[in-house]
Amino acid sequence: MSGHSTFEPKHPALKWFESRLPLVGLIHSSFVAYPTPRNLNYWWTFGGILSLMLVCQIVSGVVLVMHYTPHITLAFDSVEHIMRDVSYGWLIRYIHSNGASMFFIAVYIHMFRGLYYGSYKAPREVLWILGCIIYLLMMATAFMGYVLPWGQMSFWGATVITNLFSAFPVVGPTIVEWLWGGFSVDNATLNRFFSLHYLLPFMIAGVVVLHVWALHVVGQNNPTGVEPKSPKDTVPFTPYATIKDGFGMVCFLIFFAWFLFYIPNYLGHADNYIPANPLVTPAHIVPEWYYLPFYAMLRAVPDKLGGVLTMFGAIIVLFFVPWLDTSKVRSGVYRPLFKQFFWIWVAVCIGLGWLGAKPAEGGYVIAGRILTIYYFAHFLIILPLLGLFEKPKAVPASITEAVLGKNRGAAPASAGVSAPQTKG
Amino acid sequence: MSTTMSFRSSLLRPLAVAALAFGLAAPALAAEGAPKPPREEWSFAGPFGTFDQAQVQRGFQVFKEVCASCHAAHLFSFRNLAQPGGPSFSEAQAKAVAEGYQVQDGPNDAGDMFDRPGRLSDRWPSPFPNEQAARASNGGAYPPDFSTLAKARTYEVGFPGFLIDIFTQYQENGVDYIHALLVGYEEPPEGFALPEGAHYNKYFPGHAIKMPQPLSDGQVTYTDGTPETLDQYSRDVTAFMMWMAEPHLEARKRLGFQVMIFLIIFAGLLYFTKKKVWKSVGH
Repeated sequence: MSGHSTFEPKHPALKWFESRLPLVGLIHSSFVAYPTPRNLNYWWTFGGILSLMLVCQIVSGVVLVMHYTPHITLAFDSVEHIMRDVSYGWLIRYIHSNGASMFFIAVYIHMFRGLYYGSYKAPREVLWILGCIIYLLMMATAFMGYVLPWGQMSFWGATVITNLFSAFPVVGPTIVEWLWGGFSVDNATLNRFFSLHYLLPFMIAGVVVLHVWALHVVGQNNPTGVEPKSPKDTVPFTPYATIKDGFGMVCFLIFFAWFLFYIPNYLGHADNYIPANPLVTPAHIVPEWYYLPFYAMLRAVPDKLGGVLTMFGAIIVLFFVPWLDTSKVRSGVYRPLFKQFFWIWVAVCIGLGWLGAKPAEGGYVIAGRILTIYYFAHFLIILPLLGLFEKPKAVPASITEAVLGKNRGAAPASAGVSAPQTKG
Repeated sequence: MSTTMSFRSSLLRPLAVAALAFGLAAPALAAEGAPKPPREEWSFAGPFGTFDQAQVQRGFQVFKEVCASCHAAHLFSFRNLAQPGGPSFSEAQAKAVAEGYQVQDGPNDAGDMFDRPGRLSDRWPSPFPNEQAARASNGGAYPPDFSTLAKARTYEVGFPGFLIDIFTQYQENGVDYIHALLVGYEEPPEGFALPEGAHYNKYFPGHAIKMPQPLSDGQVTYTDGTPETLDQYSRDVTAFMMWMAEPHLEARKRLGFQVMIFLIIFAGLLYFTKKKVWKSVGH
């Protein structure tokens, strides 16, 4: 994906195949020879971790489907059948339910990293937008997946979220009936959510291919935000990035396993172990943790339509970040003011998440309003103005200079670059 | 006709609200005002937790002799009694339990339903044929199904406790709540308006519960010399409920330890490999 491959097949059979479909060459140029900045830190391993989580969710999900029954009278019991009677069913089901949370933890870190180091700036706008599309698809997929066990929170979460669309004037009620496939959340809803929950991950996989393609056209950003200028600034993807990503992935899996094996229900809701009952509303209807900031924004606005637009707006605004950030300097490392505002914004997001889990009353609502306004102000006021008024620090001339200082560098770096190529 | 209807619905509405408030699937989150249940010691807590076989067997006895007369457990089969990682009865013992129940089967060749002694493959027979029958016998409240109940109840831990729970692997919210509920029956405080047919419970959200105090000292006869106290019964039956809700808990924790060991060693190897690969490259 990064120009012509340097891959030259030796085996005659491979030569024959490669001249007809240069598949191995494509893989080689994308994941072996692909030049990657030498100064990437561990925040950059989350791209690989996300690919791993996508595969993990698809594989565990495909197995779950073999045992799951999408019908309102059977769905809850079929999930419990998986937990009790299917060999290692409990493991597969807990992998899938906790894996969704892990996927979101990884994607939030990945997004925060992109926002901190200015990875959305030219020429990476399309790369960033594709990422935002993946995030939207993930939200939709996770929402519909949570409905499938047909517990109390599944049912009431689906009811609340689908009802949001009724806020739109004129077409609202029609849209809601169309989403439900009837006049309430019922079997038709469960079936279409099941169908879409199976479809969307493959759409995510498709957009991920575009995301990686776009990445390999423009190259990776790096902590300095300075583009690689000479071969010294980069190292080949394999073995350098592969081993580092591999280590990052295994560390992430340890974190995952802690939840999976020891506190598998920590991130879920106890209510979802009660079968769905349309006649009984849970005391607090709370979405999964990864939606909480948006849920807080939804409830911060007194008007229903306004709340819905605010909630969607909070994600839509991310699409425009490449143009809202007016700074010439890419990386937050060299932007003293931006750095502070970035961390304030992270704290605001966490604060909104906390508020999302609280009942919508009294001080919580007021705090929610203040933080919602700040969330948007960060993108619409602070980012554009910072670029005009901030005095950035001096940016290093090259990645190598940033890593090794002005006077050193040439010898060890070139040794590092040439070593694997002579080996391999 | 219409006046009768509206009269009836206006009569039913307060009843429905009352049912919502008291019996009908108590909300999983303890409401504001209810004290937090104390955290108990459980043999199955922590990374190496296992069920205390004798305790789960006693808990089963309490369930069978007391709880099961009102509460169903429709996901629970007799064969589960003989599977490893729980009460672990012998197959003969589990069979004997099953045979003590009459289970409806059929239709036979004549097209008739018939009763026969239970088998290992049968589900635990429900005390009531349907929810309406259960409500009718229990003052309008529906005794919740035990199958997943230990995981379907919790209480709000609050900040920062909920973050500490990640590190201490606290996952016993449900059992702590249920144990507290079973021992939490008290005289209502002065001025508390207890609705008709409800009982005061310190830990129940709203405090007015339809279930009368189900357990009391000396109610169930233990054969192994364990104290026959309300607290002991509550612990035992709650441990049994945890096993019923999570029958593979032991296997999960055991596999978890193996996976952790593997991953930590693997991560160590990768770390040193990574260090060696990157040795000559400043970064």
